[in-house]
Amino acid sequence: MEVREIFLSGPPMKRYLKSINLRELLRPLGQMLLFSVGSTVILSAIVLVLALILDKTVVGQTLFERLNVSLFTYTLVNLPQVAIDGLTIGFVYAAIALGYTMVYGVLEFINFAHSEIFAVGAFVGVEILIALEKYGALSGASLFMAYAYLVLAIIAGMLAAGGLAVAVERVAYRPLRHASRLVPLISAIGVSFLLQDMIRLTESLTTGQFNRIFPTFGNFDHRIILGRMTMGATNITLGVSIKSIIVIVSAVLMLMGLNYMVNATKIGKAIRAVAQDHPTASLMGIDVNRIISLTFLVGGMLGGAAGVLYALKFTRIDPFVGFFPGLKAFTAAVLGGIGNMTGALLGGIVLGMLETYAGSFMGVFTMGAAGTEYKDIFAFSILILVLIFRPQGLMGANVAQKA
Amino acid sequence: MTPAFFHTIAKRLEQGMVPYILILAHMALGTALVYTSPRSNLAFLVLITSFFSLYSLNADRRFKFVAGAVLTLLIFPVVGVRNIFYLEVIFQISVFSALALGLNIVVGFAGLLDLGYVAFYAVGAYLWAFFGSQQYYILHFAPGTQPSHLPFLLPGDTFYLFIFVAIFIAALTGILLGTPVLRLRGDYLAIVTLGFGEVIRVLANNLDKPLNFTNGPQGITPIQRPTMPQFAVDAFNELFSKIVGHTVSPADMYNVMFYLFALAIIIIIVFVTRRLDDSKIGRAWTAIREDETAAIAMGVPLVKMKLAAFAVGASFAGAMGVLLAGSRTFISPESFSFMQSIGVLSMVILGGSGSIPGVILGAAVVTILNLQVLQGLSLYLSQLRQTDAVIPIIHFAWANLSTQLDPAKYQRLLFGLILILMMIFRPAGLIPSQRRKRELASDKAETEE
Repeated sequence: MEVREIFLSGPPMKRYLKSINLRELLRPLGQMLLFSVGSTVILSAIVLVLALILDKTVVGQTLFERLNVSLFTYTLVNLPQVAIDGLTIGFVYAAIALGYTMVYGVLEFINFAHSEIFAVGAFVGVEILIALEKYGALSGASLFMAYAYLVLAIIAGMLAAGGLAVAVERVAYRPLRHASRLVPLISAIGVSFLLQDMIRLTESLTTGQFNRIFPTFGNFDHRIILGRMTMGATNITLGVSIKSIIVIVSAVLMLMGLNYMVNATKIGKAIRAVAQDHPTASLMGIDVNRIISLTFLVGGMLGGAAGVLYALKFTRIDPFVGFFPGLKAFTAAVLGGIGNMTGALLGGIVLGMLETYAGSFMGVFTMGAAGTEYKDIFAFSILILVLIFRPQGLMGANVAQKA
Repeated sequence: MTPAFFHTIAKRLEQGMVPYILILAHMALGTALVYTSPRSNLAFLVLITSFFSLYSLNADRRFKFVAGAVLTLLIFPVVGVRNIFYLEVIFQISVFSALALGLNIVVGFAGLLDLGYVAFYAVGAYLWAFFGSQQYYILHFAPGTQPSHLPFLLPGDTFYLFIFVAIFIAALTGILLGTPVLRLRGDYLAIVTLGFGEVIRVLANNLDKPLNFTNGPQGITPIQRPTMPQFAVDAFNELFSKIVGHTVSPADMYNVMFYLFALAIIIIIVFVTRRLDDSKIGRAWTAIREDETAAIAMGVPLVKMKLAAFAVGASFAGAMGVLLAGSRTFISPESFSFMQSIGVLSMVILGGSGSIPGVILGAAVVTILNLQVLQGLSLYLSQLRQTDAVIPIIHFAWANLSTQLDPAKYQRLLFGLILILMMIFRPAGLIPSQRRKRELASDKAETEE
């Protein structure tokens, strides 16, 4: 008998392995694959059709004069890179959006301060890495140690953000739970502003500056080259940076873990029960306050991890870094149907993709009149459109407003 | 020292000539203090709090009216010209009071949380900034490349006309934004208005191409002011040059003028707000705020009434925007950030949403905290940095303190704290509205029964 078999044949282990619900573990993986591939294909098709149409017009001619390449080719060549970038940011949005959607699920309340929870996660992670760099641990680190440090930073960011989220709920939201709807929202806006300046205050007191740079170490900045293409006079290399892969893989792992926790464990059942009906859940012996704290903890941890991943991807962070990702993640949550976890996943991926596609191609298609600078308000337009035409979101059921 | 003791004191203050003497004494003390030490923040605070005693003490309405008029129309301008910083503070208080009163209609009366209120302010400001400057002639130039010596599009006196145009345009913008989104539930509406505010700011930032409408992040300057009649400057000098201590230049008089404009707009807003509150529309707003479903059941035209609130609030902001563009002669997208919207919201929440005196108090407190307390702290810190002083317990030299630590920039901290603390401890605000007061009283009576 091999060691592995002995290990597996022990009764407790066997029972444990049997208890793992494989279906719930793998279901989100399938969904993510479907959403990613689906949105890539649809958006790419739209962009290519647009490029074909515009190729014959003055837009195509201008580009041809400038780069000596047709608009269609230009679009086609740029597509893979744009898709990968979109997917990366989409998974970050999805991880943040889950925090909004979980809190909304249990409390019907927009946790406006979630964007700052995200920023705190980013700062804690980056500060730890900067400290390690100062200590000299990063420069000579082996590949394994580099990844270990990154994991350490992510975990520290998760813990700090999760703890902060729980504390914020306890101090600023719980006393207002029975007030009218707008009261906790205003309080949450206050928390968001307060936290932004608290980050700035701590950073300027301890380090003297509040713009922090993610240290370069490990092989995160390398690009895996997939192929080369010649476009006019320039060579274009197609590649994926290792950063993007790390971001996507960690986000996928976290989302799988979260999905498993909510849909296949006892605690998850309690969370779902509280989301449906507080008084009844408490009659069934569930400690509602604890479950709400737990929801904030889990949402905050996801947000914190997303913060560190965001810092890894975009390198530079400042105390106000959470504002736009937070708003976009909220848009993603609404787009997917707020309160619905699969919806948040879908919304995050779709929004990240849409935004990156629009940011990359709008400038070329409109001959520079409107480009990347409108990327940020693009998300708001989507939010407004969704709220007007399909307020329940893409995947949400049409729920009547609770009185 | 029992509460009963204070109660008798408070009662005595309400009787006979005592309140009149107190009010006059407070005003005189404030004026004298500011006059003798024109650089002291404390003296200024004494003067400005005389409004508080004017409001809270029990006196004849006519007397209060006259005293208030003397304070705002005579003492403030004269004292302000003596130390131009005070005039700036008073002007900002008036501008933010007007904005907060406008937002109060949307948030306090109709109960719609608008997080992008300064967007309407921006609409008004950019309206006059475009038509009252040379911007029309540099539509085809990138920012910074325009030729010099361009004419102005419109004469400066069309400023007055544009106040009314801005009221109209801002109201229209409010209706256009409101029509699709006002059906949404309160919290979604808040986020959508936030998004709208950001959209306006990003547009102002980026509409320097393909046609240069807003001059991008650099902003539009110079913007014209209405002409200042020379005889007004002369008359002011004739009357007050002895008290002020120097002859007043037209530039100083412009500040006084814009302060008086802001005051006039505030009076109009207060008048309109009070009339509206007592009208059918006001009652419909209250009904919507308290219970939307019940309001619909009672036949209140929901969307129409919400649109009315949005339009009225927006129009006031538009008028103030024109005033701002004229008084500053410079406009840039920075003045219309999300933080400004939250700043105005925190004034409304601090004072008491739905309460006119409360909102004005909130605007005054937040502006003073912002302009005097935080900046005073900044000044104090930078002085400490020059010295060899050491923080006692932790033995940290002030000189080593990071220069990034500038309290004047920590407005978000201030706004955030105000919002959280007010929501938790006093959601009705410092001066709750009359209706709220009656509700609280009836709640109390019910629980005591």
